[in-house]
This record gives sequence, C-alpha cells and structure tokens, in this order.
Amino acid sequence: MAERCAVIGIGQTKHASARTDVSIAGLVREAALRALDDAGLDWADIDAVVIGKAPDMFEGVMMPELYLAPALGAVGKPMMRVHTAGSVGGSTVLVAAHLVTSGIHERVLTVAFEKQSDSDAMWALSVPQPFSPPLLAGAGGYFAPIIRAYIRRSGAPDHIGIAVAVKDRLHGSRNPYAHLHMPDITFESVRDSVMLWDPLRYLETCPSSDGAAAMVLASEQAAASSPAPAWVHGMAMRSEPTMFAGRDQVNPRAGRDCVADVYAQAGITEPRREIDVAEVYVPFSWYEPMWLENLGFAAEGEGWKLTDSGATSMDGGDIPWNCSGGVLCTNPIGASGMLRFAEAALQVRGLAGEHQVDGVRRALGHAYGGGSQFFAMWVLGSEKP
Amino acid sequence: MSSMGRAGVAPAWRRPVAVVSFAQYPTCRREEHRNEVEVLMPVVAEALDAVGLTKDDMGFVCSGSSDYLVGAPFSFVMALDAVGAWPPLRESHVEMDGAFALYEAWVMLQSEDIDTALVYSFGRSSSGNIRRALGLQLDPYTMAPLWPDSVSLAALQARVLVDRGIASEDDFAEVASRCLRNATSNPNAQVSGTASAGDLMRDAYVVEPLRRHACPPVGDGAAAVVLAAGERASELVERPAWITGMDHRVETHALGARDLADSPSTRLAAQAAGLVGGVASKIDLAELHAPFAHQELILARALGLADGVALNPSGGALVANPLMVAGLARIGEAARRVMDGSAHTALAHATSGPCLQQNLVCLLSDQPGPAVLGGARTAGTAGTGGTAGTAGTAGTGGTAGTAGTAGTAGTGGAPGEES
Amino acid sequence: MADTEVLSSPHILEYPYSRSVGPVIGSFLAGLRDGKVLGVRCGSGAGERVVVPPTEYDPLTGEDSGEMVEVGPGGVVTSWAWESEPLQGAPLDKPFAWALVRLDGATTAMLHVVDAGSAGAMATGMRVLPRLVEPSARVGSILDLACFVPEGSDSPVRAQPAEPGNPAQPDDPAQPDDPAQPDDPAQPDDPAQPDDPVTTLSTPIRLDYRFSAGISQSRFLRGLVEGVFIGQRCPRCAKVYVPPRGSCPTDGVPTTEDVELSDTGTVTTFCVVNVPFQGQAIELPYVCAQVLLDGANISFMHLIQGIPADEVRMGLRVRAVWKPPAERGPSLESVLCFEPTGEPDAPYESYEEYL
Repeated sequence: MAERCAVIGIGQTKHASARTDVSIAGLVREAALRALDDAGLDWADIDAVVIGKAPDMFEGVMMPELYLAPALGAVGKPMMRVHTAGSVGGSTVLVAAHLVTSGIHERVLTVAFEKQSDSDAMWALSVPQPFSPPLLAGAGGYFAPIIRAYIRRSGAPDHIGIAVAVKDRLHGSRNPYAHLHMPDITFESVRDSVMLWDPLRYLETCPSSDGAAAMVLASEQAAASSPAPAWVHGMAMRSEPTMFAGRDQVNPRAGRDCVADVYAQAGITEPRREIDVAEVYVPFSWYEPMWLENLGFAAEGEGWKLTDSGATSMDGGDIPWNCSGGVLCTNPIGASGMLRFAEAALQVRGLAGEHQVDGVRRALGHAYGGGSQFFAMWVLGSEKP
Repeated sequence: MSSMGRAGVAPAWRRPVAVVSFAQYPTCRREEHRNEVEVLMPVVAEALDAVGLTKDDMGFVCSGSSDYLVGAPFSFVMALDAVGAWPPLRESHVEMDGAFALYEAWVMLQSEDIDTALVYSFGRSSSGNIRRALGLQLDPYTMAPLWPDSVSLAALQARVLVDRGIASEDDFAEVASRCLRNATSNPNAQVSGTASAGDLMRDAYVVEPLRRHACPPVGDGAAAVVLAAGERASELVERPAWITGMDHRVETHALGARDLADSPSTRLAAQAAGLVGGVASKIDLAELHAPFAHQELILARALGLADGVALNPSGGALVANPLMVAGLARIGEAARRVMDGSAHTALAHATSGPCLQQNLVCLLSDQPGPAVLGGARTAGTAGTGGTAGTAGTAGTGGTAGTAGTAGTAGTGGAPGEES
Repeated sequence: MADTEVLSSPHILEYPYSRSVGPVIGSFLAGLRDGKVLGVRCGSGAGERVVVPPTEYDPLTGEDSGEMVEVGPGGVVTSWAWESEPLQGAPLDKPFAWALVRLDGATTAMLHVVDAGSAGAMATGMRVLPRLVEPSARVGSILDLACFVPEGSDSPVRAQPAEPGNPAQPDDPAQPDDPAQPDDPAQPDDPAQPDDPVTTLSTPIRLDYRFSAGISQSRFLRGLVEGVFIGQRCPRCAKVYVPPRGSCPTDGVPTTEDVELSDTGTVTTFCVVNVPFQGQAIELPYVCAQVLLDGANISFMHLIQGIPADEVRMGLRVRAVWKPPAERGPSLESVLCFEPTGEPDAPYESYEEYL
C-alpha cells in the first residue's frame, strides 16, 4: 500500500427477508446516509462512489449503478460497479480502498446491496441454462458434499455444525440490524430442524435477506478529524478457477494465499493471538471450522476443535468470530461481504454496541464467493499502520 | 450543469503506467462456434505473447462483462478459465465495459507493489435482443416498464441536436461514412465500406431521426490489454503508450434532467485526466466510444478537440460494437497507434449507460509526461509487505493460441443492425 | 473439429419481478391510478425544481427530495423519436413516438410515448395531454398512463392496457406466469380506493436468447446421445476434463485431444437431498454425488440410485444408467443416474485429491 486508508463512516440497513417499505434506491440510501452521518459528511464531500452487488438478475436491473448514481450523490463523480459473486461486498471495499491508497481520492463512499425479495434467490443464483447439467440438488447441494469431505478429512463430530449455528444466532440476537433474531435458539432446536442436504440442516443454513451496507473510506489527511478511524493494515484479493483437476475445495489455496498476503502486510504471524475478533463469511455452519483452518487460526484438521472449545464465542472465547451474527443471521448476498468488512471496522472503532468485544485492536474482515474461489479480506487496526 | 461536482484537477497519481499490448477478437455478427472461454483464450494469449509474458507474470487481472448479454448470472466466472487462474491470481471483475476494468487495474498499479496487469473483456451481443435488454438499465419503476430500447433513447438524444441546429442528419451520415471508410483498413471491424454520406442518406430510419448507418452493428467480440508500470513498460516494448491521465464521471439517470446535447461528464473526466490548457491541441487522434453517429459529434464538442484531430481511425463503435468490449477496444486502438509510432498523443474514451450517461477519458502519450507530478507522493510506505508476484519470467510464454483470430473479419452484419 | 456441428438452443430469461416501491414512487403510482401526475420538489430558493417522475432524492445532488406536488395535466414535448416498428413490450402496438414530455409545473421532462398517428404530427414544442387507461384497469403503474396525445386530438381512450410491462408476442407459446400475488393490494380484481398507497409493482421481465454451446461442449453433448462420455485432455498438464469446456482452467490453453471415458466411476463425496425444490421430480430422500469417471481428473454431480440413500458412501463404485437410445438427447439427462457396480469401494487415497 502506498497511502494510508481508514474507515471513518459505517452504515447498514435493518435487514429483513423482504424490505417491502423501500425501493432499491431507498434501501441503498438508508445505508449510505447512515455512513455519511457517522462520518459527519455530506454527499458533496464524497469524491467517488464504488458500488457492488451480485447478479443483476436478482432485481432485474442491468448495471444498476446507472439508475442509482443520483441516489448515491454520484452525479459528476467517478462511479464503479464491482461484481465478483459472493465475495463482491469485500471486493467492492477493496476497489474503493485502492482509490484512497493510490492517492487518487480523499473520501470514497462504498456501498453494496441486494434486494432479493424483488425476485427469488434460488432462481437468480441458478437461472436454468440450455445444455447445463440439470439442477439436481438445489443451492445447498453444491456445498453439502464439500462439507462431507471436510468431515471425512478432519474426523469432526456431527455436533460442530450445530454449535456454530447456535453460537452465531446468539451473537446475532445482540445486533439490532440482523435479519434473524433467535435469542431462544438451542442445540436441540438446530439438531431437530429439517435435514435439508445431509449433512446440512435447515438451521445450519443462511437466510435470504434484503439489505445494504455502506462505508466511507478516507485518506490519512481526511481521517485526521475522525474520532475513531479504523486503519487498513492489510488487504488482498485472490481468485482461482471454479473447477479443475485436483482442486481442494475444502481448503482452497486462493483463500490461503489471500490471507497470507494480508497477514504479511499487517505483520501478523500468529493470527489467533494477534487478531482480536473476526468477521468471516460463514453461510453454512460448517464453514466456520473450515475457514478457521484456511485462515490460519487452526492447523489443518483442527478447526473444529477450536469451535468445539468455545474459542469463537464472544461469551468467553479468545477469538470471537462473527459477533454480528454473521451470514447465518443476515444474507443480502451482494452486501454480505461488505457487512463482514464493516462489522470488523465497527469492532476496531468500539462502536459495535451490544455485540462489541472489549479492547479490540485488530480485526479481520473476510468474504468469499463463487465455488469457494473468490476471496477478499482485510485487517483493520485501531492504530495507524 | 452546475451540479457536476468540483472542477477537475489532475489526479495525484504516483507512477507512470503504460499500455504495452493490445489484442482483440475480430468482431463478428455471431460467434456460433466458440463459447466465451474459447473466444477469449486466443485473445489473452496474443496479448501476453506479444510482450513475452505469461499469466504467471501478471500482478493483477481485471475483467469487464455483463450477465445480461447472455442472460446468465455469473457469466464472468467461467471466463476466468481463459486466463488459467492457477496458482491463484489477484483478480477482480466489474459489471461494466472493460475500459472500467482497465481503470481499476491502473489504480491498482498506482497503489500496490506490482508492475503488470492484464485486462480483458468479452461481449456476446448477438445472443439476445440487445436493444430490448439495454432497456433494463433504466429506472425499474417508472421507465423500464415502458420497455424503451437503446436505439429509441439514442434517437431522442439525436433529435435534440437536430432541433437546436447543432447537427443535422447529413452530419450523422458524414460521421458514419468516415467511420466505415476508416474501417476498410481495420481487419477487426465487423462492417466497413466506402459509401458517401449522400449514399448513406438513402438508408431507412431505424428510429427517426436515426437511420441505419447511424446505429451500431450487433456483434460478438473480446479484447485484452496488458498494462505495465515504470521501467517494466520500457523493458517490454520500445514505445509504451503511457497513460498520462485517466478519469471517469457519471451523470444523473433521469434523461429529462440532463442536457442530452452535451456531455458534461466527458468534459469533466477529460479535465481531470489532464486535458487542460494547451493539451487538447497536442492530441493527434481520438478513439471515441460513440455507438451512435451523433454521439461522436457530442463527444468531440465536449472535449473541445481541434479540427485536425483524427477521429476514430479504427472506425470506432459504428463499425464494431461488442458491448462491454467496445470501450476497452477504444483504449487499445488508441494505444496501438502510439505504440506503432503513428501518433504521439492520443485520447481514448469509453461510455456506459443510455445516451452517454457515464464517460471515461484516457490520455495516452509516447512520453511518460507529467508522471512526475505525482512524484511527491511516491515516497509513501512502499515495501509494507505484499507478495511481489511479478518475478519476471519473460519469454516463457509461447502458447500458440492465436489460431482462429483471423479470417472472420467482415463476415455478415451491416451498419444499423441493431434494428 | 469443424466436423462437429455446434449446438444451440433458445434460452428464455423470465421472472415476474414484484417490487416494493417505497413512499415517493408509491405516491406517484397511486396518483396515476387516481388520475393525476405528481412530481416532487427538489432544491431550494432559486435552485428549486419540480422533478417528474419523482424520486426520493434530488436527481442532481442526492439530497432528500421535498413535498409532492401535482403537475400537468398537459405538457410540452422536449424531444421525440419515431418508432415505426414497435418492439415486443412497447406501450403501443402501432407506430408511435417515444418522447420526453415536460408537464406544466415541472422542471424536468419524463419519458413516455405519444400516440400521434404519424411522424408528421410530431414536433418538438408541441402540447400534449395524458391519456389514462380506464379507471377499472389501473393498477398503480406507469402503464396506467397509456400515452400522451396531441392537445386537441380526438384520439380515443385506450380500452385495455397492455399486459403490464411485457406482453408476449401473439405467437409466443410461453406465456409468463401470472405475476399477480393474492395479497397484492394493487391488482385490478381488487379495485383500489383513492388515496390507498401503492406499495408493490409487478414488472414481469422476459428476454429471449439463443444460447450456443461452443465446440467442445457440443462434442461432449453429442457423445451423450451416443451413450459415451467424451472428455478432453490438456496438452500441458495432461489432465482429462469432463464435461470439457475447450480450455484447461489452470493452464488457460485450448484442450483439443478428445478422450473417450469409461462410464464407470467412483463417488468422491455426496449429499442426501431432503428438500423439495422447483423442477424436482424424484422421490425424497435421494443422493446427489460427485462422480469421478475412471480416466477423468475431475468429477461432476449426478444422481445415485439403486441403493438406499443411507447406504451411499464415499468411494462407492458406480456405473452410468443410460436412457434408451431413442430417448437420449444432447444433455446429461441422457444419463438417468449412476448405480452401484458391486465392486469393492475405492480406497480413500485413490480419490482424496479430487475432494
């Protein structure tokens, strides 16, 4: 990185299965105006806007940055639209951050959204195409076999996924913006929920949400007056092909390479000790132990033990994961990655409210997408790098 | 437009970056035989081979495309197979024209400890009814339900020029005639010809006041560009096409709130890219992404280009308009002419959205030029980690791969086939 | 390779989008339903404007917009374009003008159409009046405004509105599903009362495409008709891909050597499906597995049958069950399923790297 970059404003919508009270523009403005307000800025203070979302078919609007430009105060400014599948919320932040670290802009507004209730998530994610193999298993059918492979490799017991589902929902019940609020969830209620794609139960999967997230990223100079900036200590993205011979989909190399790059930039050698809190893209419960290994918090095959020990719980764990409730509580696909990045920033700034962890100095934000092939991550710190 | 933001100031960019290679798939009416990957592979290989690099040398890869061209979500995902993203690459994608992917790569080269980037885009405009599909770019509540199509919207814009006496239908035909004639020496053009403006005026209207020649052909294509920074660019080619400035701006979406006869966002982007003072007079040629003939006139006026500037020597988007590619191809075509010595300074432009809603301007030169302006900011914190990644293995490329890029030029299609 | 005819097929992208519209657009749409056009105030002082159609924000600055005001009904054409051959979905099914119309009292022009009969009847600066569809047919949509007509014209009121958004062609065999939701407050069979808010807008979208399979995939698909799996080998890494896509995803080079593969293979991993979803016609529960064909270096997903779901395991040896030749087509559906061969399970190490 060349110039320093900090998060000085954060906003998100109340997430819900259907935000029937707003238009698409209304949804993104709800998040963007909160981010501006948090930063103490107005539309006119913003130099450029970077927006991200997953496929346009969700809302049936082609390249919606064109329609949304005036709604986001972008008239007369540079505006970009990023799309990197499920990782897009994270990639969008990184594109915006590079506009600052390159020295080109001082204050960049970045926004991500999905209004999935305009159509149907299952349909929009897998529009049937000629000559393509028939859809045999639905959405979770893609990931369940990978989870089975992880269980086979690691010897993890069946209850690990259940434990993650319970933990993230309990975390999410403290987040007023979360879509699902399930303070009464129990091990038994998850265990007894329908087994959709064995080994994946209904309550171990993420919801489909409407929602948006926004952040204001600033240069060192522009962040000088911010009471609590979260500084970028490292950021990276990596991609690998969807399928290739010998591909490790359980522990993808793109994820390992990406986090290694971020840790090197941030000077982190022992992530479990040096990172205080992590917001990691876990759409299905079992992805917590898998990503614990992929991100270097546990040795290969050992991630489930960390989950099992309670280490990732904010109630006594030493490395709380997804205090916001994560993707298991809130999943507007295009925004889900940005929510991870933004929640990491909230923790560093000490502004996460009920789900704040005490004394956070460094936090990891993580997003992935496609067939576990696109990765975007950053590490934020309360001190200037 | 008073609200067009703060006046452009040349961005404080840090080090010179250049286009060092450009390749494109000859645009054709419909590429029936090859899927997106099969179309892209030879183009990417050709761009890399030309400078003796492989994908493993690329510090960053960025692409541009739109799912609505083929009606399939995530259409960019498989396209990555054309590069061979293994070991994993630093890679990103914009749901925009490839010119904006090039902008993202240029930003990355300013910011990260990398020296090279690959940019590509692909567009199968032939798969569906692109005129209708582009109507989905409009406000989904009060405009898209009317199903306005791209030609009709452009025709509303053209009418404003005619009504105000800024240009006539004869002027549109003059633009088309020149572009078609220029295309006769462009093997990648989809259409070309030597018809005079008078001949073209016998064309029927597609949507009055736009006749067939004033509208772009529908076609499939792909393009790839290699960028390199600083000394690396000079090592790779004798005459890098240095990007001396680049910027883009968007206008409001409401057509009725815009002055359709002008392009204030183009003017603002050009100023921010450094087209200030006497720079405009030094431009030798301009590749303007004007899918419709009248839009070239609007852009040339907004940019204040001198009479002697060669406009769209490639023929421009009126002779080959694969969506999501045509903007990147403008940068490539302009850069090619700087690299081959036929121009010292060139301007490339790309657009997005109905009636030139969003515009990008890229200035290219055979001199690194005002790169030193950014020098004060280069001190920074270089070396704060990050994998270098560009350990060069020049010359290890050599994939043949270019088979199939020849021979399909000029097949089928005719101007105005968007009708 | 030129001997392989490339397969192509129609592809229909279609969904009956149902959009929540928010308060400002909702008021505008309710106004149309109730026979009036509303704009919204933006800016202040000398910069005050009335924007039509209204948005929640000032279209120039992004600031919140202000109060709603009625505009029109008449207005002025600020630009127009003559559509002599209306496309599918156009508001009128006869030649008409697309137009930007600035309604009286508005600062900005709105996009709509003018039914003027001929291009000769159109002129920039001409006065026009709105024509709404019959009150009983209004649903709270921009299409409640059927068109504008020249002031003083005696054009009849349209009797019936177009199918909202997207009328299919008369000869079109595939009609969109009825987008109406039972609880949708703005449907014609539930006439709204004046001042009822409009909260939801149905905008069915249908686009027709022609999808081309490409050379390599076509060869694979034609092989399925013949009852064989045809993969391709990468000239660089020698891995065999099935289905082939014409390239090696790790080397980025064309794969040109065809490899005919066995129709036996190994289950690498799987899931048991217990959830019904759209288009599914198999009795629950059933097993979807990644099948690694013998001789291939990549697995693909297919059904496992001929064995109880709870007995399927990683390493299970399976063979393709083909449809009868007459029923096969260029699709993986030519393979009904895979079923056990009865061989001993493959050792974990033999497929571990394909997980």
